[in-house]
Amino acid sequence: MSGIPHDHYEPQTGGEKWLHRRLPIVALIYDTIMIPTPKNLNWMWIWGIVLTFTLVLMIVTGIILVMHYTPHVDHAFASVEHIMRNVNGGHMIRYIHQNGASLFFVAVYLHIFRGLYYGSYKEPREVTWIIGMLIYLLMMATAFMGYVLPWGQMSFWGATVITGLFGAIPFIGDTLLVWLQGGPSIDNATLNRFFSLHYLLPFVILGLVIVHIWAFHTTGNNNPTGVEVRRTSKEEAERDTLPFWPYFVIKDLFALALILAVFFAVVGFMPNYLGHPDNYIEANPLVTPAHIVPEWYFLPFYAILRAFDDTVWIVQFASLITGGIIDAKFFGVLAMFGAIVVMALAPWLDTSSVRSGRYRPMFKWWFWLLCFTFIVLMWVGAQPAEGIYPYIALIASTYWFAYFLVILPLLGVIEKPLPQPETIEDDFKAEYGKSADAAGEASPAPAE
Amino acid sequence: MIKYLALTAAVALGLGSGVALAAGKAGKVVNYDFSFEGPFGTYDQMQLQRGLQVYTEICSACHGLQYVPLRTLGDPGGPGLPEDQVRAYSEFYEVFDPTLFDGEGDFRAATPNDHFPGSQMSTAPDLSLMAKARAGFHGPYGLGINQFFLGMGGAEYIASLLTGYTGEEKEEAGAILYENTAFPGGWISMAPPLWGDDVFYEDGTEATLEQASKDVSAFLMWTAEPKMMARKQAGFTGVLMLGILAALLYLTNKRIWAPVKRAAKQQQPAE
Repeated sequence: MSGIPHDHYEPQTGGEKWLHRRLPIVALIYDTIMIPTPKNLNWMWIWGIVLTFTLVLMIVTGIILVMHYTPHVDHAFASVEHIMRNVNGGHMIRYIHQNGASLFFVAVYLHIFRGLYYGSYKEPREVTWIIGMLIYLLMMATAFMGYVLPWGQMSFWGATVITGLFGAIPFIGDTLLVWLQGGPSIDNATLNRFFSLHYLLPFVILGLVIVHIWAFHTTGNNNPTGVEVRRTSKEEAERDTLPFWPYFVIKDLFALALILAVFFAVVGFMPNYLGHPDNYIEANPLVTPAHIVPEWYFLPFYAILRAFDDTVWIVQFASLITGGIIDAKFFGVLAMFGAIVVMALAPWLDTSSVRSGRYRPMFKWWFWLLCFTFIVLMWVGAQPAEGIYPYIALIASTYWFAYFLVILPLLGVIEKPLPQPETIEDDFKAEYGKSADAAGEASPAPAE
Repeated sequence: MIKYLALTAAVALGLGSGVALAAGKAGKVVNYDFSFEGPFGTYDQMQLQRGLQVYTEICSACHGLQYVPLRTLGDPGGPGLPEDQVRAYSEFYEVFDPTLFDGEGDFRAATPNDHFPGSQMSTAPDLSLMAKARAGFHGPYGLGINQFFLGMGGAEYIASLLTGYTGEEKEEAGAILYENTAFPGGWISMAPPLWGDDVFYEDGTEATLEQASKDVSAFLMWTAEPKMMARKQAGFTGVLMLGILAALLYLTNKRIWAPVKRAAKQQQPAE
């Protein structure tokens, strides 16, 4: 794999040769673990391992929770309390699973923004990027359905609002909504299908993760310079790369241990900090909470959904030319999904031939503004839609689209990139040649 | 004890009906000190026992704790009642047992295996999780900074609510509402349940309004989060072990990369 010249697995003993002729599984594992990896990867390249670990953590804790959970509207809330009170270690398993969702999204956002900064989505890694976006969409679907399962007030009303979005689709919306909910409203049928899908989708994600890894093992990793590994000879390739094991495995595990220490502090000392108190009230279809707020990781896109109300001229214009088919609600839904679609199309919208943002003096500023916008959207998504907040949401949403649809295509034309290093080896020497003891930790990582 | 129950029930039934949920101004929550705050905070066993007493003599007339098994009163990290006291306390309650009376069901005295009874009044919410279902602290500006430093503030909210009655009352749609500085909207349908000296504490603590409010709030924090001390212990162990693991991996990583970085330095033309 990876097209980078390197040593392949050769079966040595008789047993290995026997197995290799029948099933080359050891070769597959060897080539995967020993893949030549650019020497100069910085600390933003750790999130893949963190995400893989989190996926496994969620699946394992989830399977244990299912052993004690009852997917029925009359028993779901009580069964979660049963887990919290009566099941040995149940409170830890449940809190790890609950906060694991947050760990998952922290890691995935940093992973995505790392890709956006270093141009990891660019040719030839478009397929890796698209699969990544599919994983991200499935993650959001899984997280949303998982949040419904404890059957608290926010579970119920969040489900009502989000499934209601599909009701905004013209013509088929109402029928689609009933079909999705399994009835005229969120009820036992909805809870059961969400439970079923919440169990299924993580395994679909797991499959896509394998394809995601396969894709970038075919193209080779990107790296902070965006310069490709030399493939002309094995000697040159070895000067640019190191095998994944042990160099990057140990480095990633170190980062993972640190991140998990922080994670355990959250689980142990403030497990409800990221949650909403209303979800400790059992779902009641007759009482609407004062503010229905999604979990923090949905807030940026929730803000985009709400930003386009019927006072915005583009919404009025869309309504006018479609004869009212696209109303404000449907426009909001289109904007929310569109915000992810434009991000998925980044490989074709970015016209610059330079991959890494490090050598793009103008791009850098727009990129950091995008990060800032993302945080603003996250914040404004939790605010009530009144006063100044809708304007902030509208400006931020507009910038989100402008970045992908206008700025990325234009920058490639007008920007004059800085000189890039010839090879990854040069970049590595420039980093570690200047001061002997400045270890990897000092390398610049664009923490977002 | 029974007298108190009857009295409180009568007061509550007569005066408190209807739910007042007025959006608008958020209530004022006092940042009371609790022993369980912070990463190392633990429950004060004596306070939980006093809180249990206040709950039993006052709150339980209307409210319930349907998710709390009675046996957990004897669990470590809780009120820690001895086994015989748990059994005696349980018998104080009556529960409905559907297996009795040839399958038609009948009431019997509760055992430690049963849960606390649910609410006696439909308008009185169950209190099992109330300390987690309310947040006392917010903001500023929706940033969650106060909750990070002060905690979620569920127990503080309950204590502030119990001490927050101003004495003003008004009638609205046939129900009497009581002004309360902690309740969102300012008017609550629950009559003031505590006045000061409502209970007599065996341990000599003076049962002032504030003391009793704090005690019962601490008790309700325990009913909402009975495994808090075990959880903090696990969190502490986890952070410590992962910290050691991270330190060892850091050293391993440094050692593995050292020759690679040394080679990069040696090949560098002299500066």
